[in-house]
Amino acid sequence: MLKYCLRKFGQLAVVMVLISFFSFAVIYIAPGDISSMYLSPDMTEEEQQAVIEMLGLDKSLPEQYLGWAREAIRGNFGNSLASKTPVWPLLARRLPSTILLMGVSLLASLALAIPLGLIAAYKKNTWVDNAVSAFAYFGMSIPSFYFGMLMIILFTAKLHWLPSSGMHSVGVDTLPDTLAHMFMPVITMALSHMASYTRYVRANAIGQLSEEYVLAAKARGTLPGKILSHHVLKNTLLPIITLLGMNMASLVCGSFIIESVFGWPGVGSFAMEAIGKRDYPVIMAYVMLSGAILVVGNFTADILYSFADPRIKRGIDEAHGK
Amino acid sequence: MENKSISAGRPAAPALTELDFQRIEKKEKDLGTVYRRSVWKELLKEIGGNPMAIFACIFLLTMIIGALIAPFSPYDPNAIDLPNKFQPPSAQHWFGTDEFGRSYFTRALYGGRVSLTVGFSAMLVTICIGAVIGIFSGYIGGKLDMLLMRFTDIFLALPSMLLMIVLNTMLKPGMTTLIMVLSLFSWASVARVTRAETMSLKARDFVAASRNLGAGSLRVAVHHILPNIMGPVIVAASLGVASAILTESSLSFLGLGISIPHASWGSMLQAAQASILDRPMMAVYPGALVLLTVLSFNILGDVLRSALEPKIVK
Repeated sequence: MLKYCLRKFGQLAVVMVLISFFSFAVIYIAPGDISSMYLSPDMTEEEQQAVIEMLGLDKSLPEQYLGWAREAIRGNFGNSLASKTPVWPLLARRLPSTILLMGVSLLASLALAIPLGLIAAYKKNTWVDNAVSAFAYFGMSIPSFYFGMLMIILFTAKLHWLPSSGMHSVGVDTLPDTLAHMFMPVITMALSHMASYTRYVRANAIGQLSEEYVLAAKARGTLPGKILSHHVLKNTLLPIITLLGMNMASLVCGSFIIESVFGWPGVGSFAMEAIGKRDYPVIMAYVMLSGAILVVGNFTADILYSFADPRIKRGIDEAHGK
Repeated sequence: MENKSISAGRPAAPALTELDFQRIEKKEKDLGTVYRRSVWKELLKEIGGNPMAIFACIFLLTMIIGALIAPFSPYDPNAIDLPNKFQPPSAQHWFGTDEFGRSYFTRALYGGRVSLTVGFSAMLVTICIGAVIGIFSGYIGGKLDMLLMRFTDIFLALPSMLLMIVLNTMLKPGMTTLIMVLSLFSWASVARVTRAETMSLKARDFVAASRNLGAGSLRVAVHHILPNIMGPVIVAASLGVASAILTESSLSFLGLGISIPHASWGSMLQAAQASILDRPMMAVYPGALVLLTVLSFNILGDVLRSALEPKIVK
């Protein structure tokens, strides 16, 4: 088991290194010189040379990368080109609101998908099931930013119920106000995940409903609701853990797009600004941060899953000859 | 077998007459059930029996024809005509005009051209890379297989959207870049599927028979493996177009796709976002087209899956 964790951890490290090297290389080979951001025409030749050396731009790609990586491991991602201040505090300040958005929408999507999937499975091939399927198709196919725009049109432009952007109204910092701001981004973000979870729960629950323990429960006179909540639910939830891990990627990238649509003051919209300004250190730091959230999410899901399902754990142990 | 006349013990057997033989009629039924599985017939049957699939096909055909005949539109999609800006939908401009007085319907058609081209080309490149790596890896096996699969695993684990955004920020925006970037991050899952199929096909008798008859690896791969993995590949292709169009629209929406003034559905949405509170319809049209196109490809993908992969029990 420990061996399995270690191997997974090794994979995690490899992926992180690859992500960072890849992004670094892309920025390195991209047209347009980074040094032009730091240089000004009134500098002398020597001054320009000094700046280039200070930035390490006279070195080769691997050397530059190693230099960056050495600093990054210590938590130093350099200075933002736009604001000339260290990158990490800038990102860290915005991280809580992004985590809040991601966490709440994750919970919302699970809270809606599980009952929907269970009911659809129980009422398989009826209108209820068809309606849930249609909804899932819809959620899978709609671009999240478009759904967000539709929500803004409905709730802000037509009904004037909800604010269209930001996290707080100016000068107000109350819970209801934040909730009102959060509602649309959360629903938008939850929708696409909800669609895939619903399909997954439904497919799993259909498999479980044909098991004999369900028949036994029925024979004992257990009510359908109780069968679903007490027996089927537990067995369908297990694979969801894996799905959660796999969906970390779309959660992270989803937050990037949705934060820009709703002007949510998180790391995503900050990175979007940085991309507009070609603020390389910020882009690198953001990529590393999102990569870390994603990879660690995957890792946790793998480990949790093997703990939660004894069969998998046994399989792993056997594979390693224990 | 039970012919009484053929019996070794009897010294002088009478000549066999026709009556000694039992006539065997060719009975189809006794031969066991024959499955005539023509891929295309099965496809048509499956699509015909599903109203959603019929709708998807009709919609996609309309979109493709619309994209093809876009140049016949009397309006230039990029010509600026400020006096006529923000006109409501009319007989001339079915979707009205945008903030520069350009016919929104014509732009939507041209946007469809871009989105569909990017979607289909990215899918083709993805399938080619994925299938070649998958077949290669599965057929040759051994160390090479292990190496290629590690490589594939890493690509599957990468946060693709994120890296696509970084890549598109740094590279010159345009259709070729988009297609290349999209396929770079989506071939891995195709490679996985084709590898698994190739491994199972490789062990079948007909492949062994062909090898024993002297067929070389290339011939086996092209003539026997490739046609038999078409099913899963077609399914992956349909779902691949859907996700490519979705990703393209997201990237263009972020301003990282097709560059202005050219239209793509995503960039039209980006432009519409600025005036969303005043002119919501500008956002509704292109978005609805993306939604319906992606939806159609997703539906088609699922229908194809149940037609082409009979192993999957519904």
